[in-house]
Amino acid sequence: MSSLLDVMDLRTRFHTPEGTVYAVNGASFHVDEGETLAVVGESGCGKSVSMLSVLQLIAVPPGEIVGGVALYRGQDLLRKSEREMEAIRGPEIAMIFQDPMTSLNPVLTIGRQITESLRTHLGMDRKTADARALALLEMVGISDPSDRLSDYPHQFSGGMRQRVMIAMALSCNPSLLIADEPTTALDVTIQSQIVELVTRIRDQVHMAVIWITHDLGVVAGIADRVIVMYAGFIVEEAGVNDLYENPCHPYTTALLEALPRVDRRRDRRLKSIPGAPPSLLVEPHGCPFVLRCEHAIERCRTENPPLTAARQAGHNTACWVDTKTRGQR
Amino acid sequence: MNQNQPLVIVQNLTKHFPVMRGIVIQRKVGAVRAVDGISFSIEMGETLGLVGESGCGKTTAGRTLLGLYPATDGVVTIDGHNVRSARGKEMLAIRRTAQMIFQDPYSSLNPRWTVNSIVSEPLRVHHLLRTEAERVERVKELMGLVGLSGRLINRFPHEFSGGQRQRIGVARALASDPKFIVCDEPISALDVSIQAQVVNLLEDLQDRFGLTYLFIAHDLSMVRHICDRVAVMYLGVMAEMGERNELYEHPFHPYTRALLSAVPVPDPQKDRARRRIILAGDVPSPINPPPGCRFHPRCPIAIELCGRQVPQWREVTIGHWVACHKA
Repeated sequence: MSSLLDVMDLRTRFHTPEGTVYAVNGASFHVDEGETLAVVGESGCGKSVSMLSVLQLIAVPPGEIVGGVALYRGQDLLRKSEREMEAIRGPEIAMIFQDPMTSLNPVLTIGRQITESLRTHLGMDRKTADARALALLEMVGISDPSDRLSDYPHQFSGGMRQRVMIAMALSCNPSLLIADEPTTALDVTIQSQIVELVTRIRDQVHMAVIWITHDLGVVAGIADRVIVMYAGFIVEEAGVNDLYENPCHPYTTALLEALPRVDRRRDRRLKSIPGAPPSLLVEPHGCPFVLRCEHAIERCRTENPPLTAARQAGHNTACWVDTKTRGQR
Repeated sequence: MNQNQPLVIVQNLTKHFPVMRGIVIQRKVGAVRAVDGISFSIEMGETLGLVGESGCGKTTAGRTLLGLYPATDGVVTIDGHNVRSARGKEMLAIRRTAQMIFQDPYSSLNPRWTVNSIVSEPLRVHHLLRTEAERVERVKELMGLVGLSGRLINRFPHEFSGGQRQRIGVARALASDPKFIVCDEPISALDVSIQAQVVNLLEDLQDRFGLTYLFIAHDLSMVRHICDRVAVMYLGVMAEMGERNELYEHPFHPYTRALLSAVPVPDPQKDRARRRIILAGDVPSPINPPPGCRFHPRCPIAIELCGRQVPQWREVTIGHWVACHKA
């Protein structure tokens, strides 16, 4: 199998004054070369923490990766030293974040910030690095790039800053780009610009993308495969068409039913999911969705359902109940 | 008040914020034209959606409308009262009739106040109930209305989740028995599974008490679901307004078209088949808005006239208003 990244049974916790936060509870997933995987879930579901864990970007303490394997081209990233990771982050796996203002250094020009990684990772001299930075800014659609290299982040709009972040992430030709809610802070018209940009570049350079988001609409447009997370667990994994046509986990189904659609007339009240996600301060046992689930049976309270094959190949769900037949799996 | 008149009438509402220069001797060097002459009305029991991208002036419009910011120009009438000229008792009456729900359920509740103090404040300000016991009873009733247990009356905001806090904000807004509520992005800080709960709550309360809403939001899918009519703003001015299905199915303004085409649809096959109108560039600064039509530098169908002349705000079909030379 040609998995680029293969994560198995990842567990991350945070030890806080309030108690232990069970942020990621045994997540297993993979991304193939050139593939776009979307990770969907609400705030606190562990979607960002799992990706940060893989890159060892979790602050330790309070964070702790208590278990798991993250094989990138066959090498376990979780066993690597900080120095070894530095050679991975950037040239191999790059990341962009939700808030481009806080991820850019406000007192350095963006030219300096882009060339920095080129010079450290690729050992370019100033001239080559400047030329490459110019080409990168052009590629992400910034007009008059030669003038803008000497500008500071505050001189850019939100959408332009995200373009700069993407240029920086792409500077060392990574094989995998992790995009952590890159369009959440942006307006819809700017969001569609960024989505279009990332998909275009992905197809040009055959890069794999992990797109973290809470927006099931964005996912539909960009992903090849989707994993749905809830309270630190992966509850469903499927090809993108399959997931929307045939959601298996009650949480995914409920989430899709709670969304109004811009392209359809209102035909009913929104179906809301009662209650709220469980506290992550309690060690999970049983299914995390049990208290909000309309299909829950006794077994759901005591035993955590593993991610197992649903009807189609490549479609996995973590649920004891087959919601179509109402029988147990 | 005439029963056939709209509850809220806004005419040429304008709000400019001065741009000052200088530290000791300050002088005005310009103005942020956040809202620049917008007009609309809202019927009793209706929900009007006000949409647009960040910086388009929708929040400023909502606040100026209620008199929270003094308007630069224009006339606002709520329930027969002129908001701009109202003082003293009349202002108090407007404040009682018109309430607001804020976007951020974290910063809009005083962290040192209990739910009781927060929700009963309007009751105290407007002298609605005499005794403390009556007020506590009313607060519990309000909490019940928004789906919170009355047992939590002495808790503090930090003890609640985001969705629950937004319910507290709704209870506070309802306390003075208002007719009109400005909902300023009430659900955008909430997770999807909680959004639907709050939206359904707002709809139930509207049915029960005949409330009128101005629903300010940037989520066009939710706006289509909840609003009867929708108004689109761009850079401080109105671009288009109409009945929801009419506006979403037959948009006239190129900005509305681009905005609607940019909204992703949770259906992979349909989403990928949709034709997106990708707008070039960003929204210009409201300090120096472009002459003529404010959208013309980004407009895919602009003609020479658009750069010279401000398009008229006119009714193209019944109830469907648009400001575009090409419509």
